[in-house]
Formats: sequence, structure tokens, C-alpha cells
Amino acid sequence: MIEVKHVEKSFDEDGGRRQVLYDINAKFYDGKTNLIIGQSGSGKTVLVKNIVGLFKPDVGQILYDGRDITVMDTKQLKALRNEIGMLFQGSALFDSETVMGNVIFPLKMFSKMSSEEQRERAQFCIDRVNLTGSENKFPSELSGGMQKRAAIARAIALNPRYLFCDEPNSGLDPKTSIVIDELLSDITHEYGITTIINTHDMNSVMGIGENIVFINKGRVGWVGNKDQIYNVDNEDLNNFVYATDLFRDVRKYRRDHGYTPTHILE
Amino acid sequence: MLFARSLDRFGNYCMFLWRTFGIPEKWREFFKRYLDEMSKLGIDSVPLIIIVSLFIGSLCTILIKLNISNPLLPRYAVGSTTREIILLEFSSSILCLILSGKIGSNIASEIGTMRVTEQIDALDIMGINSANFLIMPKIAGLVTIMPFLVIICMATSLFGGYLICVLTAIVSTETYIYGIQTMFNEWYVWYALIKSLFFAFIISSISAYYGYTVQGGSTDVGKASTNAVVMSNIMILLVDVILTKLMLQ
Repeated sequence: MIEVKHVEKSFDEDGGRRQVLYDINAKFYDGKTNLIIGQSGSGKTVLVKNIVGLFKPDVGQILYDGRDITVMDTKQLKALRNEIGMLFQGSALFDSETVMGNVIFPLKMFSKMSSEEQRERAQFCIDRVNLTGSENKFPSELSGGMQKRAAIARAIALNPRYLFCDEPNSGLDPKTSIVIDELLSDITHEYGITTIINTHDMNSVMGIGENIVFINKGRVGWVGNKDQIYNVDNEDLNNFVYATDLFRDVRKYRRDHGYTPTHILE
Repeated sequence: MLFARSLDRFGNYCMFLWRTFGIPEKWREFFKRYLDEMSKLGIDSVPLIIIVSLFIGSLCTILIKLNISNPLLPRYAVGSTTREIILLEFSSSILCLILSGKIGSNIASEIGTMRVTEQIDALDIMGINSANFLIMPKIAGLVTIMPFLVIICMATSLFGGYLICVLTAIVSTETYIYGIQTMFNEWYVWYALIKSLFFAFIISSISAYYGYTVQGGSTDVGKASTNAVVMSNIMILLVDVILTKLMLQ
């Protein structure tokens, strides 16, 4: 489990400092798809970058199963990072490497496997994300969805305990987004990973939101799950989630019939 | 204000170098990248060096012949003056100024693109020291290969001068060859090679720094690439003055 306690973060700006996060408290559970949602500019990405240690919070603690990342020395941080996989918004695949080269890279750097075992493990991960046959393709030869899947394969290559995904569906069509969501959800349950997904895709929220943290103007606005989100009395959250007619219809259907019309979402 | 900003930038550059020079995560991976960089930054520059050197060597010979036509000066002075210009300045300083355009922009744009597409963040998240992993092989590779490029430049430039003698007969080839051999000071070759090591370090580290610290998008990568070349050139000229004073006087 990852716990965020009283985290605040601000940045230097012309003539002063701009506070982005205010007293953030949240818990992200093992074996669940934890979603951080919020409008663009609400502070979601800054929060995720604080959690993974790319930014250091001004105050507060970030506990990975009790280990505080904010006070770790380089050695401890490095050990922890071997337990982390991350899927970036733009996939962040290495341009000069093939899909196989990208997936095998963390294994080459950190595992004690033989070359053959590394290749087997990489192939397993590639197969797991349904990219069999694309091993020798370069990222520029892949579609957006395939790039995301290759990035997921690279992220899970070292069997991470924690998986972070920054806007995994950005730039993807709805159908491909659902494929990526299902893949992330399956992997999370299969390996019992603590998965944190930073998104503003409502399909993801309705589909795989087992634990949802809503960030609004740098503060935690609401915490719940995909079932609770239909009956929330939070104006900011409702304005965000039910901004479109489609999702207002989904909520109405849910309230009238008692279940989510997944056929509408798909 | 400008001074404070420059000082801030210099401090960041020093911290960046501190991060860069560490023990590699995997030596095998480091050597693989080191060899790749030597090939990419050095060997791939050889055609450009040959073309530029041939022309510059030829030009030097023609211009010297035109400007020192004096009955008091021996004819072989064309060869010896061409040699001194090539060894003292062209083969190291001017060559590195030219290469900073090619290699410097290549390094800055490659690293800058990796930064804006989050590839560097991906390395950091994996627990890899991205500066050490990406940049140390570039610096080590270029510093290793640069003296060889300088030697190629020296040889090709002098050959360019010879070629122009053959083609235009402004000076006989025997006189030219006698000129480039006479009063030869071996230290000038060492001087050029030593300078080239400093210049290789300047080109690779400054360009990598500008690329590594890019923020924004593709326009910013372009700006960083230009700034990297400009700053490398200024630093090459500054260090050239200092080294010339220290090593030749």
C-alpha cells in the first residue's frame, strides 16, 4: 500500500512561489486499480511525480508499505525504484531500441538472469500485452495503442510491486482505451500490484475505478470508488465527471435501473 | 542579474557533471554505448573532416603563396607556413568549432528530445542515473576519438596543400614537401592533440547539459541545440586562448 500524508508542493514562479498541492492525504491499495482523477491543471501529475520521487514534496510523507520515500538516501531510493514500473503519457519508449530492446532493457540493467532467461521473460511480457509479432519493430512503427502496450510490457518486466500510469489513454480512441484499461486492470489483479492511474478519462473511471481520489485545485476533493461515484453530493466532482450528456445519461440509467449500462460505455 | 544567472548556470553545470561522472551501473552496457558513441560521433564525422580539411589545406597553400611572394623568402616557406597554420590552429581549434556544429547539435537535440518525451524520466524511475548512463559514454567516446580526428585532419589538410601544388603548380611539389618537413617542431602536434581533448570535453559536456536541462517542447529542443553550439564555440575559443598562452609561451 502507498500512503500519502499531508503532502504539499509549490514551485518557483516569476516573483514568488505557486502552491500546487495543499495537504494531500490519500491511500492506494494493493491489488486494486487506484485512480487519481481531476481536471487538467488540478495537480494530478505533480502528485504522481511526488509519489514516484521525481519531485520532492515541500512537506509531508509518502510511505511505500511503511517506507518513506521523502527521507530515503540514494541507495534506498534506487532499491525502491527497482520495485516501481511506470507508464508515461507519451509511452517514453526508447526510440533507438526495438520493442524487444525496450522490454529487455530493465532486465539487462537490474536482473541477474542469463541472456536467454532475459529474452524469455521479455517475450513473456510482450505476449502478455498481446504484442506478439512486433518484437523487432521500432516505436515509430507502432500505433499509439501498441506503443502503450509495449510501455506496459517494459513496466512489468521486473515484476514491480507498484505500477504508475500517467494518462494511459491520452491520444487513444475509446476502443483502444478500453483495451488498455482492461489490460492494466488484469495485470493489477493477476500480480497483486499497487497500481496508480492518473487520468481524466471517464470511461476508465466508470470501468476500472476501484479506488478513486479526486483532486480539485490541488486538494483532495473526494475519495471513493466507481459504484459510489453515481450518488455523490459533491458539486465539483459532479461538474467534472458528469460534464457530458453521455455520462449524465449513464448516471440516470444507473439510478433508474440499478446497474451501469456498460454497453453504452463500450 | 546576468552575472547571477551565469553563475547559477555554471553551478548547475558543475552539479550536472558531478551526476555524470560516477561508476556505471553495468560496465558491459557502458562499453557498448561507449563504442557506439565513438562510432556515431567520431567515425561518422570523418567524411566531413576529410572534405573540409582538403579544401582548407588547399586554400591555405594558395593564400600563403599569394601573400608571401617575396624574393627574400624561400619558396619552401609556403609549405612550412601551411604546416604551422594547420598544426597550430586549424587541426584542433577550427576543426572543433566546425565539429561543435555537427556533434554539439546532435548531442543536444538527442538528449533534449529524450527529455521532452520523458525517456530520461523513464530511466530515472527505473533507478538508473540517467546523466551517467546517457552522457558519460558520449563524453568518454568523443574525448577518446577526437585526437584521431585531429590526426586525420592534419594529414588531409597537408595533402590538400600538396594536391593544389600538383593541380596548379603554384609551388613545385618537391618544394612544398621540403617546406612541410623543414624546421618541424614535434611539440606542435602534441599541442594540437592536447587542445583537442579539452575541446572534445567542452563540446560533449556543454551540449549534453543544454539537452539534459531542456524544458518544454520541440521548439525548446531547437533553442537548446543552438545555445549549445554557441556556448561550445565561445568556450572553445576562450580555452584556446588560455591553453595557447600556457603551452606555447
